[in-house]
Amino acid sequence: MSKNALEALIAPLAVVLAAAALLWLVLLGASDYLVTLIAIVLLNAALAVSLTLTNGFTGLFSLGHPAFMTIGAYVAAILTFSARRKPSMLPDLPAFIAGLELPLLPAVAAAGIVGALVAIVVGFPVLRLRGHYLAVATLGLIVIVQNLALNWDGITRGGAGLAGIPRLASVWWAFGLLVLVVAVAWRIKFSSLGRAMLATRENELAAECTGIDTVKMRLTAFVIGACFAAMAGALFAHLISVVTPKSYSVLLAFNLVVMVVIGGAGSIMGAVVAAAAITGLSEMLRPAEESLGLYGFSQVVVALSLILVLFFRPQGLFGNREPDFVRRLFSGRLFK
Amino acid sequence: MDAVLEAGGLTRRFGGLVAVENYTLRLAAGDLVGLIGPNGAGKTTAFSLLTGVLKPTAGSITVKGRDLTGRKPHVLAEAGLARTFQNIRLFADLSVLENVMAGGHLRYGASLLATLGLTQAFWTSESRITEAARAIIARLGLGEFTDRRAGDLSYGDQRRVEIARALATEPVALLLDEPAAGLNPAETKTLTTLVRKINDELGIAVLVVEHDMRLIMDLCRRVQVLNRGRLVAEGTPEKVQADPAVIEAYLGTRRQRAGHA
Ligand SMILES: Nc1ncnc2c1ncn2[C@@H]1O[C@H](COP(=O)(O)OP(=O)(O)OP(=O)(O)O)[C@@H](O)[C@H]1O
Ligand SMILES: [Mg+2]
Repeated sequence: MSKNALEALIAPLAVVLAAAALLWLVLLGASDYLVTLIAIVLLNAALAVSLTLTNGFTGLFSLGHPAFMTIGAYVAAILTFSARRKPSMLPDLPAFIAGLELPLLPAVAAAGIVGALVAIVVGFPVLRLRGHYLAVATLGLIVIVQNLALNWDGITRGGAGLAGIPRLASVWWAFGLLVLVVAVAWRIKFSSLGRAMLATRENELAAECTGIDTVKMRLTAFVIGACFAAMAGALFAHLISVVTPKSYSVLLAFNLVVMVVIGGAGSIMGAVVAAAAITGLSEMLRPAEESLGLYGFSQVVVALSLILVLFFRPQGLFGNREPDFVRRLFSGRLFK
Repeated sequence: MDAVLEAGGLTRRFGGLVAVENYTLRLAAGDLVGLIGPNGAGKTTAFSLLTGVLKPTAGSITVKGRDLTGRKPHVLAEAGLARTFQNIRLFADLSVLENVMAGGHLRYGASLLATLGLTQAFWTSESRITEAARAIIARLGLGEFTDRRAGDLSYGDQRRVEIARALATEPVALLLDEPAAGLNPAETKTLTTLVRKINDELGIAVLVVEHDMRLIMDLCRRVQVLNRGRLVAEGTPEKVQADPAVIEAYLGTRRQRAGHA
């Protein structure tokens, strides 16, 4: 850390504190239902920002978030699960893991690391080919991960999933993850590394000829996105206390891509706003769905909003930019 | 003088078509060489081979004595090659400043860890890249466009931004593919002066492809002529202009085209 770093941190820190205070106020009078909803909105926002880091910054088309979330959820849940029940419930676990009963923080960190490692294994061969093969490869990864979770009973309990995961996460954990993801994405975007990523997206060939290792940029963005997705999966599991092989499916990948596109591919604030809007909207439509028997209606609305945005504002809410006042807010120059 | 860029026997086939055959180049520090030839002669293909965009079917590329045949473009850029494109390729959605700063990443960009750790190295690197980019932008007279979206600039200004971005990589050799295409006479003159300055003042070797003969004759002390993928002449502008093989190359294609029409 340097003097510059301290100066650069003061304004964002103030923003985070203000946001935390606001959240605290809202939570004061909130019902349990609303608290959970807010936590889900925050986690979805973290997921959307991490996907815009991968897809928006470097022009990749990854659909892999649900796979990394599933991996993260299982890894973290296995680590935090009661050491008394683990050996009988998950007989195939190696003894040293069966005996562990970790707190949430190291479990989430481990989830992130495993997610990142899987992303390296998948990304390294695929990203050396052309970028768009990644969509197919990550789609395949979702299927592989789901099947692994389904069939590796001795560690995952198969189709029944893991239930009774300790409810260690809370809306504050979700808030913390969102802050972390936004901070990392923001720092990268407004740095040389971020410009190299955006250059890769804008014109791969020109970026290469300008000395940018485009494969490395894409792999970096893919791995960071996967790491955050796995951490979000871990928090989801400890928030709703179950994870099954089907918890996070292709449909979620679609919804996240929609959030990124609506927010503007590459826009961090756009992803946050779009994630909140879409999650809120789907939730508001739920009662209507149930009372009218129109199941899948909210999904149709999500798809419709995508079509509308593509039609009237193809660059999304903010294009790849950040709203001016947010930039000034984070840089501490609001009134200059 | 030592060669900064050497190519020997470069050949590239596309299926049955031999786009470039046995192309040889020796570019010394401070050289300013022209590469001319009729449409489809293989000039752009030669550039792409030299910069690693295309892999040669045969032949070798050496930069400052290092054999870099078959390596990726970013490796050749790191070794000191920079280029512009016949059909401009900017980072259209980024500002002019960001375009040029992207060129600075190669030499001064901070690592991921330094960036996230907010170390002093990160701040040093950011300010170096910004300062260098602003200096290049000023030098090329692009100051008024600094914060404009690159894709919104006029054709001539976009060409200069491409050159600015290339300079930000601190090259030893700069390859310009038809830098004057689409420019008006005044812009062409500015460009000629600019290229000469880059060569003279910064000591960067330049290889320039152009159809504008006056520009080539003005600028270059040595000219190579390609025709149907083969080098048919090389020498001073005067010598090359008088060369029967060169006249034949240009007249030949013109006659052919007249025949097609
Ligand atoms: N990727 C490719 N695949 C197949 N053929 C190609 C490819 N690139 C170039 N060619 C062919 O190779 C030959 C040389 O093309 P090139 O673009 O190098 O010519 P050039 O000298 O740059 O022409 P111009 O003056 O029109 O820019 C042409 O016949 C062209 O059609
Ligand atoms: Mg050409």
